Amino acid sequence: MSLSSLLKTAIAAGCLSAVAFSPAAFADVKLMGSGASFPAPIYAKWFKDFSAANKGVRVDYQSKGSGAGIQDFVNQVVDFAGSDAAMSDEEIAQVKSGVVLLPVTAGEIVLTYNLKGVDELKLPRDVYPAIFSGEITKWNDPKIAAANPGVELPDQDITVVVRSDSSGTTYVFTGHLAEISESFKTSIGQEKSPQWPKSAKFVKAPKNDGVTATVKQTPGSIGYIEYGFAKLTKAPSAVLENQAGTFVAAGAETGAAALATAEFPAGNLPGSNVPDLRAWIMDPAGAEAYPIVSYTWLLFPETQDAEKAKVARDLVEYVLTEGQKSADSMGYIPLPANVVETVREVSQLIK
Amino acid sequence: MAVNPFQHADSASRVSGPPSGGDYLADSIFRIIALSCAALIVVLILYILWEIGGLALPAMAQHGLSFVSGTTWNVGTQEFGVLPEIWGTLYSSFLALILGGTFGVGIAIFLTQDFIHARLAAVFRTIVELLAAIPSVVYGLWGIYVVIPMLRPVADWLHSELGFIPIFGTELSGPGMAPAALVLAIMILPTVAAITVDAFRRIPYKVKEAAYGMGTTRWEAILKVMLPTASSGILAALVLGFGRALGETMALAMLIGNSNQINLSLFAPANTLASLLASSFPEAGQIEVQALMYAAVVLLLITLIVNIVGLGIQQYTVRKFEGKA
Repeated sequence: MSLSSLLKTAIAAGCLSAVAFSPAAFADVKLMGSGASFPAPIYAKWFKDFSAANKGVRVDYQSKGSGAGIQDFVNQVVDFAGSDAAMSDEEIAQVKSGVVLLPVTAGEIVLTYNLKGVDELKLPRDVYPAIFSGEITKWNDPKIAAANPGVELPDQDITVVVRSDSSGTTYVFTGHLAEISESFKTSIGQEKSPQWPKSAKFVKAPKNDGVTATVKQTPGSIGYIEYGFAKLTKAPSAVLENQAGTFVAAGAETGAAALATAEFPAGNLPGSNVPDLRAWIMDPAGAEAYPIVSYTWLLFPETQDAEKAKVARDLVEYVLTEGQKSADSMGYIPLPANVVETVREVSQLIK
Repeated sequence: MAVNPFQHADSASRVSGPPSGGDYLADSIFRIIALSCAALIVVLILYILWEIGGLALPAMAQHGLSFVSGTTWNVGTQEFGVLPEIWGTLYSSFLALILGGTFGVGIAIFLTQDFIHARLAAVFRTIVELLAAIPSVVYGLWGIYVVIPMLRPVADWLHSELGFIPIFGTELSGPGMAPAALVLAIMILPTVAAITVDAFRRIPYKVKEAAYGMGTTRWEAILKVMLPTASSGILAALVLGFGRALGETMALAMLIGNSNQINLSLFAPANTLASLLASSFPEAGQIEVQALMYAAVVLLLITLIVNIVGLGIQQYTVRKFEGKA
């Protein structure tokens, strides 16, 4: 740190404490982050509000994808990163400064569909993976009909709309399908851009908005999008059967119920004394739990210069308190209270 | 002493005077600027090639020609092949060229061959050229919300009645080749129409008079005299339109269905190189970026080949119909 910026810090601190006792008195601390696009809308709001509330602090986030974020983080071109897929052990081993992985919010993935006159569509556990692996191809398939008594299902081919871009959403979605269906696991598997069946009934559209628009315009289609997006565009979403056998709709409560079933792995991240917070909720067990949910993580270096570490800790504190309040309205799931406590504790390891 | 009778005029007006030092200076400065601008374009293209080629080199070394003949794009297993994309790019652009080209030339004939009043023609021309100002994303959205629903009953009927013909072989499931090609045709229409209009305007009036003088009907004059005479300009228009179609990205990414398959059917989803680049780039890892750069090189090569072939055909027609070397 140069003398002039030290002087600036001192002057700024002096001025601020002269006006009022402000605990957050930094000068020109800038945190640059990049990564996952799925939580980008809520990150943008958080970081903007946090920067506005803390003078001289700026947090910027570039939404460029989980993979790219981790790459930037490993190469130390950013101060923190966001990832929907946390980090693998190999990736963690590449980070020289150590890494603190913190789940900060969670999201649900819904199946939106376009069927005239069908207000509620129930999809059993053995049906929706089979739709996405191309095994069930008709809307009036006996399995769908059996789960939806009284609903008139058309004798129509199912058009499946998937993402054309590589995406963390797809990774989480295919992860869940692979977990609950052995045949999906062998035929497609968990991928960021999987090899969907080569059929004229599988079409790809870019991003959440592309999938939503295509489903809206294609009778007899189904596609997967983030819950927040479905909420925003009022797209109808299917009611899914969970592990306990109940049919649940996506929402804040059912999402929170799913998160409540998640347990963080015991022990620490490999090669450090930071607790491992990489919990995957591939198939939540609770009776009211919505089946497709996932945490999304912020990655911070374990060691860095003291000023940035302080801002990072404050940022996490802000996210855990003020930030969680805006989660529901933006279509994300607020963290359960016990998780907030755990994350707060672990965040103290950012030094 | 003999008085130079022109001296007065000479000194009063600089029109006929010899160029001054300033003239020479301005002239050479203009020359330098023009030359460096021209050189800059060449350098820029070489730099783009260098940059893309450099990034693509590892993928080129690894995949070689199997990249062009392969049909899977699987990041997980690091298999990269762009044959379906090459097929989709050429097929969609070709369909768009047939549609857009026919309509574009038709519009040009309508606007230049005295079918309507010249002022009205100018209005129409402006409207057609306005099409070029609409952003690609808007075309894409228009395709999703207007073209696909309009096309659906037609496609369903064609598939059920004429499904045995391969080009109607599948049902339209929303995005696919037909809506993409239709929108693409509209997108290249202004390019084709504007340049073709200019080609017709360049024909000296006496050619038309001579044709009528020989006793041709209006359509004989248009088809047998005007069209061949304007053919080199029309071809240039078609080549430019085809180039535009090859490189079109956003509207296609939204409409073509991005499915890696080779299918003759107009209603099946397909993929194009530009669309692949647009949809895969943002989340691509290092190895996929190299493969994508390779795909970009392939697209550049296709464009180059199309331009060279177009130029060849154009020169041939110039010799054949316009009697110039």
